[in-house]
Amino acid sequence: MAETMLQIDHIDVFYGAIHALKGVSLEVQTGEIVTLIGANGAGKSTTLRTISGLLAPKAGTITFLGADITGKKAHEIVKDGISQVPEGRRVFAEMTVLENLELGAFTRTDKAGIASDLEMVFARFPRLKERRAQLAGTLSGGEQQMLAMGRALMSRPKLLLLDEPSMGLAPLLIREIFDIIADINKEGTTVLLVEQNANMALSIASRAYVLETGRITLSGAAKELAASEDVRKAYLGG
Amino acid sequence: MEVTQQVLQQLINGISLGSIYALIALGYTMIYGIIKLINFAHGDIYMVGAYIGFFSITQAGLGVIPSLMISLVTTGLLGMAVERIAYRPLRHAPRISVLITAIGVSFFLEYTSMYFVSPTPRTFPALFGDVAVDFMGIVINGQQMLILGITAILMVVLTYIVQRTKTGKAMRATSFDTETAELMGINSDRIISITFGIGSALAAVAGVLVGIYYNSIDPLMGIMPGLKAFVAAVLGGIGILPGAVVGGLILGVVEALVSGFLSSTFRDAAAFAILILVLLVRPTGLFGKNTKEKV
Repeated sequence: MAETMLQIDHIDVFYGAIHALKGVSLEVQTGEIVTLIGANGAGKSTTLRTISGLLAPKAGTITFLGADITGKKAHEIVKDGISQVPEGRRVFAEMTVLENLELGAFTRTDKAGIASDLEMVFARFPRLKERRAQLAGTLSGGEQQMLAMGRALMSRPKLLLLDEPSMGLAPLLIREIFDIIADINKEGTTVLLVEQNANMALSIASRAYVLETGRITLSGAAKELAASEDVRKAYLGG
Repeated sequence: MEVTQQVLQQLINGISLGSIYALIALGYTMIYGIIKLINFAHGDIYMVGAYIGFFSITQAGLGVIPSLMISLVTTGLLGMAVERIAYRPLRHAPRISVLITAIGVSFFLEYTSMYFVSPTPRTFPALFGDVAVDFMGIVINGQQMLILGITAILMVVLTYIVQRTKTGKAMRATSFDTETAELMGINSDRIISITFGIGSALAAVAGVLVGIYYNSIDPLMGIMPGLKAFVAAVLGGIGILPGAVVGGLILGVVEALVSGFLSSTFRDAAAFAILILVLLVRPTGLFGKNTKEKV
């Protein structure tokens, strides 16, 4: 344990003229669930997008399993073992559930492995199996979230990035989704979770970072942050 | 009986012409679908395809099918080169810059071709003589059978590629949401390049078929069919593959009926009247839907 999987070192990221991330550093150890919490617009999604290679940092480095992946293209980073469930799920609405899952395995060529992982995803999300031939756009919000997660798992990632998995879902469903995230982690996938629902995120994470207007302002064990007065006031509703 | 026969005859003519429009419109719509660019150079790619076919038949003395294959491959590569050199550097530029570049590429192809092959129209050799089937007074000639046959084969192949192959699925994913496709590990630049290759190859086949059908080709022959195919793509719903085919066929049939029963002078006017009508009544086209985003 305690081997560093992902190391972000002082990255600066810009959206045009907007300085979105200012010297952000964080790390994720193998086997952990780490959560990044913060208000809307703090730069949480930007951080995940930068790790995935959709944005390139102006300065700083990102190291994954000992290799520098800064500035690598998004499709190459997937091959390295980082998979993302993007904000708003972004399923391919005009394709079937099955095709969405197949696309998740795009980088792989091991047919037998893909088939067994597909069964694994169907076992985890039985509703997807029932709807495998249905167009993804016709699924409910919760089912789309499950599809987006199943799709990300199909690349057999070492590190799973989740961007706001609770967004727009009913409380009962949120509970279900978070249980699944904890399960996925238990079975060996490291997770970096971005959430506005700080309560839920802190309840399953081992460590947490708080992001405020592009800077990390707090970090530590999830339990400690959940107990901290500042965090309670700002993010946990008192 | 006389009138019915005439209508049926014009339908055959219209479907033949419409198949050509459909082949060009498919490339238009595929390229629009994947990078949201109205590729105004597409008609000129079709012209280059026609010339490559012409030279394969007349200079190299090859048959129709080998010539079609050579034109298809070479023109496909040309389309990929155009994308690589002219459009890819502008991937993150405003769309208007890419559109203007497309017009530039169009002129470049037209006048470079003119320099090399001269502006004089070339006559395609007659390949079929008088082969024709007469079915109850309705005549289908050899060229028309070739057009219908080749188009049908290409549609089947294209449908297979887009629906069944891994590359086809990646094309659909990239055209729906490029960024998320990248997150699947899809190299979108490569997929865009392949899309240009396939679209250009289809246009090349249309070019050679038109050469065979009308016997004559010239360096500016791509302008009008390029615009018509654009109308066909918009009519069917731009970005939608079956839409391009149906749009092309409707356009061809309307043009044939107008030429046959009114006057061929109004043929082009009819095509563009359709464009105006579609834009007024149903801007998303026959197969288009208003996209709603689920939050």
